[in-house]
Amino acid sequence: MILRRPLFWLIVIVSVAFALLPMRGDDIVLREDLVLVAVAIILATNLNLMIGYTGYVNFGHIVFYGLGGYVGFYLVSVRSWPLVPAALAAGVAVSVFALLLGLGILRLRGAYFALATIGILVAVQAFVANFDPWGRSTGMYLDFTAYTRLGGAMRALWVDYLLVVAVMAFSLILSLGIKTSKFGLGLFAIRENEDAAVVLGVNATVFKSIVYSVSAFLPAVAGALMFYKNGMIDPFSAFEFLLSLEGIVMLMLGGQGSVVGAALGAGLYEQLRSFLLTSPQLSNFHLVIAGSLLLVVMLFAPGGLIGWVYRLLPRSRKVIE
Amino acid sequence: MSGTLASLIDGVLVGCIYGLSAMGLSLIWGVMDVINLTHGAMIALGMFGMYLLFSAFTINAYVLLLPVIAAGFLFGVAVYWIAVHWVIGRPILLSLLSTFAVNMIIIGVGTAVWSTSPYNVNFNLPGVTMGRYTFTGNHIAAAIAAVVIALALQLFLYRTRLGKAIRAVAENREAAELMGISSAAVLTIAFGIGIALAAASGALVSTLFPFTILSGSAYELKSFVVTVLAGLGKPFGALVAGVLLGLLEGAVTPLIAVSWIPLIEFGLFVVVLVVFPRGIFGGATA
Repeated sequence: MILRRPLFWLIVIVSVAFALLPMRGDDIVLREDLVLVAVAIILATNLNLMIGYTGYVNFGHIVFYGLGGYVGFYLVSVRSWPLVPAALAAGVAVSVFALLLGLGILRLRGAYFALATIGILVAVQAFVANFDPWGRSTGMYLDFTAYTRLGGAMRALWVDYLLVVAVMAFSLILSLGIKTSKFGLGLFAIRENEDAAVVLGVNATVFKSIVYSVSAFLPAVAGALMFYKNGMIDPFSAFEFLLSLEGIVMLMLGGQGSVVGAALGAGLYEQLRSFLLTSPQLSNFHLVIAGSLLLVVMLFAPGGLIGWVYRLLPRSRKVIE
Repeated sequence: MSGTLASLIDGVLVGCIYGLSAMGLSLIWGVMDVINLTHGAMIALGMFGMYLLFSAFTINAYVLLLPVIAAGFLFGVAVYWIAVHWVIGRPILLSLLSTFAVNMIIIGVGTAVWSTSPYNVNFNLPGVTMGRYTFTGNHIAAAIAAVVIALALQLFLYRTRLGKAIRAVAENREAAELMGISSAAVLTIAFGIGIALAAASGALVSTLFPFTILSGSAYELKSFVVTVLAGLGKPFGALVAGVLLGLLEGAVTPLIAVSWIPLIEFGLFVVVLVVFPRGIFGGATA
C-alpha cells in the first residue's frame, strides 16, 4: 500500500507546507517564488516517467504544458468555462492527443524517438502560430471578468496557486504510485532492455503509449492554471524549447528515475535560475552556468544528486524512492 | 520565366547549403552514433566567424571560408575531447545531454558577447538576371561553394586512406580496431570535420541573410529534417535531401504563407521518421 510508504507522507507534508507558508501574512513574493518551483517540479516529475522510468528521451515535453495552456485558456476566455473544469478538460484533451501521437511515434526507439519529439514540438508550435481561433502568433488575452468569477483577481490568484500546489502533490504521488506498481516494473524492464521485456510478457507498445499519455495529463493541467494566472498566452512562451530542455537539466541534476531526485533537481535548478537571472553580474551568463553544471553532472555524476546520496548511504534507497 | 520557376531555383540554391550543414550532422551520427546537439551553435559560430573575418579583412567573403573551416575543425577537436569522447558507446541520453550542455555554454557566451541583435556580412557579388527575376550572386556562389565542399568530402571519404578509415569505423568499430585503425583518432577527426561543415554552412548563410547568435537553431532543425530524409549516417544522401528540402520550400512559398512552412517540414519529418526510419533512400550505409 502506498499509504505505508514514508515518502508518501513526506510528499503530503511538503505540499501542505507549500500551501500554507505563503498564506501566513499574505506573502505574495514567496507565493510567486513557490509557484515557479511547483511548476518546475510538475514538469520534471512527469518527464521523469518517460526519461527516468521508461528510458525514452522526450525533448518536446513542454508541448503538453503549452497545449494544455491553450485549451484551458480557450475554454475559460472564449467559452467562459469555470477554471477547474477547463483545466481538467485541457488535461484530458492533451492526454488523448498524446495517446494517439504516442501510438505512432513510440514505434521509434532511442535517438529516433528523441528527434521525433523535437519535430513534434516545432510542428505544434507552427500550427498554433497559424491557428485563427487561438489568435495566431499574437496569442490571446484574458478578459478581467474571468477573475471576478472567482471573487476578484486577488482571490483568484490564491485559488490558482493552491490548485497548482495540488497538481504538484498529485504529480509526486502519481510518480511514487507508478514506481511501486507492477506497471512501473514493466516500464523499468523496458528501460533496461526492451526486447527482453517483450519476451518476458511486457506489452511494450501499450505500456509506452500509456505512460506517454499519463505524463501529458498533469503538465497540461498545470499549463492551463499557469496561463490563466498570467492572463495571456502566445505560441512562443507556451512552446519554449529552452524550457523543455531545462526540464531535462533538472531531472539529470537531481537524479533520473527517482521521485525525490526529480523534485529536488527541479527545486534546486529553479532556485539557481532565479538567483542567476536576478543577479546583475551573472544574468548574462545564466545559460553558461547552467550548461557547465549539466556537463559536469553528465561527465562525473550521471546518477545526479540522488545517485551520490545512494552511494554514501546505500540504505537510504528504502526511504528516498 | 515564371515566378514559380524562379522560386524553385532559389530553393535549390539555398537547399545546397541545407545539405552541406546536414552532412556535418550526418557524418558525426554515422561514425559515432552521437546526435550532435551543438550543431546549431556551431552554425552560429560559423556565421560570426565569417562576420569577424570579413570586418577585419574586407576581401572576397568566399575566400574567408577556408579559415572558418580550419577554425571549425580545431574547435570541433577540442569539443570532442572535452565533452564527447567520454560518452561514446554509453546510453544515448548522455551524449544528447553533454552535447546539449556545450550548446548552452556557446549560446550563453555568444549572447553575452554579441547580444541577440541581428548582424550581417555586407558583401555582394553581381547577380544574374533572367527576365523579370534576378538571382543574387551570393546565392549562386554560396550554392557552388556548398557543392564543392560536399564533393571534396565525398572524395576524401572514398579516395583517401584516412577517409576509408573513417568509413571503416562507422561500419564496425571493433573490426576496424583489429585492423590497426586507432578509433579514437578517427572519431576525433570525424567530429572535427562534422563541426567544420557546420561552421562552413553557417559562414555561407551569413553571406545571404542577416543573422543573430540564435539563428543556428533554425538551421539545426532543418539539418535534422534533411538528415532523417536521407537516412542517418549518409553524408552524400544528405546533400541530395537538402536540395529536395530547398525545392519543397521553393515550391510552397508562392502558394501559402511562409509561417506555415515549419508545420509542413516538421510534419513531414515526423511522418518520414515513423514510416521510413532508415530514410527514404533505403537502408544501404554510406
